[in-house]
Amino acid sequence: MARAVTTQHKTIATAVAWVVALLIFFPILYTIITSFKSETEAIAGFNLIPSFTTESYAEVQSQYNYFKPFMNSVILSLGSTILALLIAVPAAWSMAFSPTRRTKDILMWMLSTKMMPAVAVLFPMYLIFRNLGLLDSRIGLTVMLTMINLPIVVWMLYTYFREIPGEILEASRMDGASLWGEIWYVLTPMAVPGIASTMLLNIILAWNEAFWTIRLTATNAAPLTAFISSFSSPQGLFWAKLSAASTLAIAPILIMGWFSQKQLVRGLTFGAVK
Amino acid sequence: MATRQTQTLARFMLAPSVLLLLVWMAIPLVITLWFSFQQYNPLNPINDRFVGFGNYVLFYSNPAFLQSILNTLVLVLSVLAITVIGGILLALLLDQPMWGQGVVRILVISPFFVMPPVAALVWKNMIMHPGYGVFADIARFFGLQPVDWFAQYPLFSVILIVAWQWLPFATLILLTSLQSLDGEQKEAAEMDGAGFMSRFIYLTLPHLARGITVVILIQTIFLLAVYAEILVTTNGGPGYASTNLPFLVYQKASLEFKIGQASAGGIIAVILANIVAFFLMRAVGKNLDK
Amino acid sequence: MKLKLLVLSLCSASALAFAAHAESITIATVNNGDMIRMQKLTDDFTAKNPGIELNWVTLEENVLRERVTTDIATKGGQYDVMTIGTYEVPIWAKQSWLLPLDNLGADYDAADIIPAIAGGLSVDGKLYAAPFYGESSFVMYRKDLMEKAGLTMPDAPTWEFIGEAARKMTDRANGINGVCLRGKAGWGENMAFLTAMSNSFGARWFDETWKPQFDQPEWKNTLDTYVKLMNDAGPAGASSNGFNENLALFQQGKCGMWIDAPVAASFVSNPKDSTVADKVGYALSPDNGLGKRGNWLWAWSLAIPAGTQKSEAAQKFVSWATSKAYLDLVASKEGWANVPPGTRTSLYNNPEYQAAAPFAKMTLDSINAADPTKPTVKPVPYVDVQFVAIPEFQGLGTTVGQLFSAALAGQMSVDDALKQAQDAATATMTEGGYIQ
Repeated sequence: MARAVTTQHKTIATAVAWVVALLIFFPILYTIITSFKSETEAIAGFNLIPSFTTESYAEVQSQYNYFKPFMNSVILSLGSTILALLIAVPAAWSMAFSPTRRTKDILMWMLSTKMMPAVAVLFPMYLIFRNLGLLDSRIGLTVMLTMINLPIVVWMLYTYFREIPGEILEASRMDGASLWGEIWYVLTPMAVPGIASTMLLNIILAWNEAFWTIRLTATNAAPLTAFISSFSSPQGLFWAKLSAASTLAIAPILIMGWFSQKQLVRGLTFGAVK
Repeated sequence: MATRQTQTLARFMLAPSVLLLLVWMAIPLVITLWFSFQQYNPLNPINDRFVGFGNYVLFYSNPAFLQSILNTLVLVLSVLAITVIGGILLALLLDQPMWGQGVVRILVISPFFVMPPVAALVWKNMIMHPGYGVFADIARFFGLQPVDWFAQYPLFSVILIVAWQWLPFATLILLTSLQSLDGEQKEAAEMDGAGFMSRFIYLTLPHLARGITVVILIQTIFLLAVYAEILVTTNGGPGYASTNLPFLVYQKASLEFKIGQASAGGIIAVILANIVAFFLMRAVGKNLDK
Repeated sequence: MKLKLLVLSLCSASALAFAAHAESITIATVNNGDMIRMQKLTDDFTAKNPGIELNWVTLEENVLRERVTTDIATKGGQYDVMTIGTYEVPIWAKQSWLLPLDNLGADYDAADIIPAIAGGLSVDGKLYAAPFYGESSFVMYRKDLMEKAGLTMPDAPTWEFIGEAARKMTDRANGINGVCLRGKAGWGENMAFLTAMSNSFGARWFDETWKPQFDQPEWKNTLDTYVKLMNDAGPAGASSNGFNENLALFQQGKCGMWIDAPVAASFVSNPKDSTVADKVGYALSPDNGLGKRGNWLWAWSLAIPAGTQKSEAAQKFVSWATSKAYLDLVASKEGWANVPPGTRTSLYNNPEYQAAAPFAKMTLDSINAADPTKPTVKPVPYVDVQFVAIPEFQGLGTTVGQLFSAALAGQMSVDDALKQAQDAATATMTEGGYIQ
């Protein structure tokens, strides 16, 4: 009896969840489907079965060599993530394990640096980047992405580190471990999942940043956000080409997200678990 | 001894982040403040001069200003409401035992990986387009006149797109929070004969409070700055119906090149953001201290 | 120490030598079909100019404009060649931001450039940008639907005729709209069309003292006619339709008439994409008998920013891309129908082109019907047809465009839209120091 109820419950939950999930996923799914249609097919009304032509992909590739912006996206998002972690891990560490009265204020202040709308500082930033010779350079953009995501990274790491029980530290001190030994052997293994998911989140945020990455680049450093901007509203029919370009732009990060979602979820709590 | 050493080290470790962010915040802020008191138009420099609070007056007297503030608040609050409520429901749903849970979860979080311009382009052209969108196809299937979303419900359309992007984030945070709820407590409540609703209100919801706070805090920071979705879809119109504060600043800075006014708008936006943040912290911040 | 110096000087010497051999220039372009085609044909340029390497930045129109304007205003130096329109050229040239193009080569034949276009790209008789692709606007109509309505399209129709024909052709039960016009807000979107239309209604943006004129009956008449026409005979959701949306509608046989750039003609007459390819006729933009037609004038052009270090290579490229030889190159590779139109008189005298492009004559007539130096019925202090060449126009035009778009969507009355437009224009002009 009890088992029957459970099965029924499970069936209903499965059905509802799948319907909802497919609805949420639908815009992405339909874009992928449309990318395999011809242009005339793409505007010919609702149709879930494309003719599986790859002509749009060929057309997109012939207009804009995908490889270059793809590599730039990889370099920028990985580079800025590593840089942000190098700066943020010590900071989050110290705030989590040696909190002071000001810790909370510092955290909030860090978050508040994100509140200046990027559009308002475009002109000053452009001038600064020009004077430093950093326009259209990967280094400049890496620094930019690092700085705009740093507050989130610090906060996420902080909330994760705070969950690590302090007793472990005490215990290791009893054992006479040096400070560095304490960090390296005791805490690092416990912190790795949090660092990993922070890294994943930051890669996603950096990959999808679409203001500075378009405004501060020309050819050398332009990532996939600039790539998509060249397909956004040309003259003529463009639905299938736009779908193909969109699919290409989001596919790498989508696939990375799918494979690493367990890892991502584990640390993406911002201290929400308690 | 060890503590003093640790504390010194702690300061030392915190310093780079604080210093970098301080510089990072201060330089643009100072330049923006300075520009906000100048009439500065690189396209028409004839009148460039110090104008005091003139830019603030002009920005304030812009017919779109009050509506843009209202639109900013409506957008932030609506998306928060949709994502928090939707996120709770989705988290409850995904917490149930089911077949294919992993795949379902992947499908639900996918929108979070889509870059904002792509999300806006896809929704605009593939889903909500009055001629070729899926919504129009559905309307025609039922013999109805397709709705021109971006003209008739511009702000709602933008809210829908932005909410779609942020729903996965809320769902994920709330789901992890939900899963940390003690199973024994749940069972005990069930034993006591508490119904689903009362269990939800007295047990689950208080437990989720912290997660909800986190969702609201993080999302607000990003939602106050929404602009790419508006640029791609409605361009702030029709009229000023979907112009929010960042978009108004964008128009001043990048269409009209009135850098002074745009800077004044930026300062106003920072002040507004801090006011919102202040009330937010008053309202929900205590949940973080637990 | 000495060694270090040696290494350094070696490095810089080799860097110099390298620069002399391969100079790379960066070109910012808009993502339309003709420009993309040019990118695919660059092998021809690099074969003729070894040692010059081309880097492309292709962006959507609005983003492109924002990027290049920011860059040139800050002297950012990111681009050696910029694709700009007739709007930017007079403003930027006045700021000395552009190099005059006086070194385009002996066989360039600048006199061959269509005078109306050359006029829009010159300041004080000097050419500051070379036209790559020029356009006006004209009427495309469905011959079969026109016949069914019992009407004949004259070569030079009036607004009255267009209104009558549009209402007669409309058959909403079968998804046919009499007329498709731009409605999406933007100074280069609905305002390009509406400003050009207002010229034929005798309206103007400003009087001789820069006083905005939206409170005048001519503008009311223009906007009234437009909104009523679109309500009676336009497609659903017209307020978000731009070029592409209308193109798709027309290609699927959902429009009786469409007034837009002649570049559309090569799309709608192409049987591969268009279901109505063999049924399209062309006519001049309509008028009201006041001596001005409702067509615009635009040229996507290549200009060289004054700050570039590579002006010689940049001029070589500009010369190549806008030469007669380039037109021949496109013709030999992709056929005459795909040649970028609207720049050179010789193209329109070419019988092969006339045969391949049935809309050629109408295109040239449309371009010649536009007079950027005297665009309106009443006198005005500004030049150019569908926009006003002052830096403030981009923002003001977009604001007014949003108001008119709202009037089309029915969210605002025509009178309210005009009143707010007048207020916005007055504020902008006061602030810019044009009026006190």
